[in-house]
Amino acid sequence: MNTAIEDFIIAYAHDIDDVRLDGWPDYFTEDGTYTILTRENLAAGLPMGIMYCQGRGMMSDRIKAMKEANIYEAHTYCHLLGRSQIEENSDGSYQARTNFNIIRTMQDGASEMFAVGKYLDVIEMRDGQPQPQPLFKERKVVLESRRVDILLVYPL
Amino acid sequence: MSLSSVDDLKQPMTWPTGGATRIPYRLYSDPEIYALEQERIFKGPVWNFLCLEIDIPNAGDYKTSTVGETPIIATRDENGGVHAMVNRCSHKGALVCLKEKGNAKMLTCIYHSWSFDLAGNLKGVAFRNGLQGKGGLPDDFDTSKHGLETLRVETFCGLVFGTFSDETPSVESYLGQPMSKFLRRNLGKPLKPLGMHSQIIHNNWKLYAENVRDSYHATLLHTFYTTFKINRLDMDGGIVLAEDKWHHISYAKRETFDEAEEYKRSNIHAAQYDSQLDGPQLLNAWNEFDDGITHSIQAIFPNLAIQFTLNSLCVRFFVPRGIDKTELFWFYVGYEDDTEEQTAMRVMQGNLTGAAGLVSLEDGCINEFVQRGTHGSEGKAGLAEMGGRDVESSDASRATETAIRGFWTGYRKIMGIA
Ligand SMILES: [Fe+2]
Repeated sequence: MNTAIEDFIIAYAHDIDDVRLDGWPDYFTEDGTYTILTRENLAAGLPMGIMYCQGRGMMSDRIKAMKEANIYEAHTYCHLLGRSQIEENSDGSYQARTNFNIIRTMQDGASEMFAVGKYLDVIEMRDGQPQPQPLFKERKVVLESRRVDILLVYPL
Repeated sequence: MSLSSVDDLKQPMTWPTGGATRIPYRLYSDPEIYALEQERIFKGPVWNFLCLEIDIPNAGDYKTSTVGETPIIATRDENGGVHAMVNRCSHKGALVCLKEKGNAKMLTCIYHSWSFDLAGNLKGVAFRNGLQGKGGLPDDFDTSKHGLETLRVETFCGLVFGTFSDETPSVESYLGQPMSKFLRRNLGKPLKPLGMHSQIIHNNWKLYAENVRDSYHATLLHTFYTTFKINRLDMDGGIVLAEDKWHHISYAKRETFDEAEEYKRSNIHAAQYDSQLDGPQLLNAWNEFDDGITHSIQAIFPNLAIQFTLNSLCVRFFVPRGIDKTELFWFYVGYEDDTEEQTAMRVMQGNLTGAAGLVSLEDGCINEFVQRGTHGSEGKAGLAEMGGRDVESSDASRATETAIRGFWTGYRKIMGIA
């Protein structure tokens, strides 16, 4: 099961790196949540992060706004992931923690570290063939820094 | 570089004809102007935002920040009083407080262990009398003359302000009646912190000061505002300027939306996006006030703005970090007596603004585009003639740049530019 989960976590990152974002909400359960927050706010128990999606609908709204409404300079991400630490919960779901480092490349050629932190995931296994399909019930993206350079538009 | 007047500039500076309708591009990129602003504005007769009172709720709490580029400490003493000092040891100039936030009985510089009370008075000097009768400070050393450099402090509606100048009038008269009344409307109840983050924008701080006063751009650039009818120029709304012109309020009433032909006809990017939300809970909102105002932004000179978009209440503070770099802080707050549902709605609507704001994220790059676009054109000037050339409140329309003209009117005066 751990390999399936690790493959899933890697596939998610590669889809974002390759700007295949239409399928981004499908990595989540229908009512899954996606939050980008800072280490500082998490430690202080503050509820507010930098991005918060509740359910696939809000996630598609993000992608649609990103493609059609929002204005920003072209850029791409490259995710570098650490090995995931995975544990099974008593209800059959899994918890995973994975460190990440995301390099952002701007159109002028600057490749710089954009975000560093950890994914804290709750993963549900859905029946599937040939093997069960993992989905994020909850994905918390915890940023080490409270400071974002320029703007954040693609999901992390 | 320490400058005190325009006469000290190597390259003379006069304002172009056209007054506040012309904005010299040089002001965004000239390091001498930047140095002069530190003296005349941030150390001058203005009230600088230091922190929120909820950042330092208890005796001994301190928070560090900057006034312009000068590092400062805001503290709360044993009697509940608020103080502010330059975060610079009176001995050798090291930072006294290293942590962004903390709690302490005394503030002690780690370099040579000089310690100060919460009002900045020097209370202890290590080895003051030397060791074994040798060394130490001269007998006539007067500790009362060597405290931390203090700022005058006032609190208003949960905001802590500080000033270096003896000439700054009280916060309330600095703001003027319409500004203080509206602050009381928005921040007049005990606040609760919801979360904070910051954003580095690669532009001069004044471009953001203009940007928050730019009611004209808000519904052109920010498609999300327009599409989801959160803020458009075809809603009832207006601009209120302070008497000094340099503070403003821009407000809109969502219920009064009456779709204007101009949005449909003109080739406006913001009106091209046709969409229904798949996650409509984003815009669940309740009316907090009975004045009909559902969106407002209020800018306080020099570098503070308070945003109330639907139910999302946020204190925005933009700090110069160099001539072409600004750190924009987003302090999201609710009220202490909010219900759980209300807090949840504020958190949900947090998606609208901030570094990843569906509405506001464009402002992270648009000011940089001006910074880059004006390179090499330091002798030229930008235009601000929308809504006329006067610098007055506008209750009929927000298709105006009057608040931008207001900013530059105040700026020119305090900088002493002829
Ligand atoms: Fe804007």
